[in-house]
Amino acid sequence: MISTPSADRWLPKLVLSPTLAASLIFVYGFILITIALSFTESRLLPNSEWAGLERYEQLFDNDRFWTSAQNLAIFGTLFIVFSMVVGLLLAVMLDQKIRGEGFLRAIYLYPMALSFIVTGTAWKWLLNPGLGLERIVQQWGWTSFTFDWLVNPDKAIYTVVIAGVWQSAGFAMALFLAGLRGVDSEIIKAAQVDGASLPTIYRRIIIPSLRPVFFSVTLILAHIAIKSFDLVMALTGGGPGTSSDVPAIFMYQFSFTRGQLGVGAASAVMMLMTIMAVMVPLMYAEARAGRDR
Amino acid sequence: MTLLSRLFLYFVLLLAAFYALAPMWVMLSTSFKTLDEIREGSLIAAPHAPTFAPWLKAWGTACSGVRCDGLKPFFLNSLVMTIPSVLISTLVGALNGYALTHWRFRGSDALFTMLLVGCFIPFQVVLLPMARTLGAIGLSDSVFGLIFVHVVYGLAFTTLFFRNYYLGVPGELIKAARVDGAGFFVIFRRILMPISGPIFMVCVIWQFTQIWNDFLFGVVFAGADSQPVTVALNNLVRTSTGVKEYNVDMAAAIIAGLPTLFVYIVAGKYFVRGLTAGAVKG
Repeated sequence: MISTPSADRWLPKLVLSPTLAASLIFVYGFILITIALSFTESRLLPNSEWAGLERYEQLFDNDRFWTSAQNLAIFGTLFIVFSMVVGLLLAVMLDQKIRGEGFLRAIYLYPMALSFIVTGTAWKWLLNPGLGLERIVQQWGWTSFTFDWLVNPDKAIYTVVIAGVWQSAGFAMALFLAGLRGVDSEIIKAAQVDGASLPTIYRRIIIPSLRPVFFSVTLILAHIAIKSFDLVMALTGGGPGTSSDVPAIFMYQFSFTRGQLGVGAASAVMMLMTIMAVMVPLMYAEARAGRDR
Repeated sequence: MTLLSRLFLYFVLLLAAFYALAPMWVMLSTSFKTLDEIREGSLIAAPHAPTFAPWLKAWGTACSGVRCDGLKPFFLNSLVMTIPSVLISTLVGALNGYALTHWRFRGSDALFTMLLVGCFIPFQVVLLPMARTLGAIGLSDSVFGLIFVHVVYGLAFTTLFFRNYYLGVPGELIKAARVDGAGFFVIFRRILMPISGPIFMVCVIWQFTQIWNDFLFGVVFAGADSQPVTVALNNLVRTSTGVKEYNVDMAAAIIAGLPTLFVYIVAGKYFVRGLTAGAVKG
């Protein structure tokens, strides 16, 4: 029999209580306050006067908001797809008993250690139209080569994809590789005995069994994409003009530099809804698949 | 696999490694060049006459916003902000994870799920109330305010890490210790702490990279003198008085990235091992 000393009955709860309080106030409470702010007249200062849906009407009438939403859709989709494809390919290739695997893995992964501000600063220099990539290709002989995406309003958002994939593909690779190492080697041997070729084994057996890894990778990349703020700030600053704005920058500027707290709060609420719209179905599908297994 | 396809495999892998390394190479070589060489030379060539001047300027005299004393003060801000935030959030996360796995009570699972939401929210949704709160408790524009914010929003992750790790510790071990009369903290110190090495590494590296690399909280909550190095780097690159000094920008970017690169190179192995094990388990 365990005789619990009285202190041990309340100690675990006491230990957890600061975190519980912090979560209730600084996560749940603050979300409610932000939602409340988005229904008020707040401009430079918080103001409790009820404004109904006016702030949301203002938000939806704002072209800049729609540009930022569209940019997030472009960036998010391409960023997730390319990071996953590159990460998966690298993982599968590294899984072929490669000499120097540990070394290569470290090289693919190191960009993950860097701040998005550092990555953005580096790629801003690399993609610099006058002195960067464009000039080096010209020096190699293609004198008519131009690469001005960084200053081209129609293309600027794609430079964010290039830098983002450079930074995150290695991380996807690490997660996929760990998943590949967990696949039961007996099943693979059995398939080889049956005469299945290596590509078939990957396509039909190994990759389908990585489902939970695909789930984790999508979740993490989607999260990075929706929160993307620093990378865009450092690389394009949302420009040229507002052409590469994303919702995180929109929220920051309306809330903290343009004195439109209500509109800023409304855009933050929209960001929360977007994350929920992505996360909830994903987690639901994964929970159901988990039960079926 | 035929020799040819194996050669092709190595070719592609090396090409990818080259692609991953190229930006770092360009940053490094640019940071040691003079502006003349940058204007006339090639982007990827090594510097002809390496100069340390851009590094000295980035560290000590470059202008970031209105201040012109380089990244140094902001680098120190980042250190003062990151170290306590990492230690506090990790320690509290370890205790939380321990209480949630081996001292379950009614509602403890619900409590965990509730905390987990904190991992997924976009922080934009708490910025406005937090800015007011920090002002109200006198922590706005200070490094202490940033420490507070990083601890509060780091707890969900640290608790998750330790909770998943401690799930693997057999409950019998804890029960036996309790039969012997050991209490909550004694069991934590004598049984859990000695086996927590791997997850401690994961948690510390994760928190260190997250907090050192943070930009959003820094730009919103810090004052001109309490900015972390990421914010200062961004200002430095944007502050242009006359000629744009790409070499100084690159040196500054490397300086801002050095601590996390160092941590990653020294301890990254443990991090990937632990993180992937946890993440793949789901």
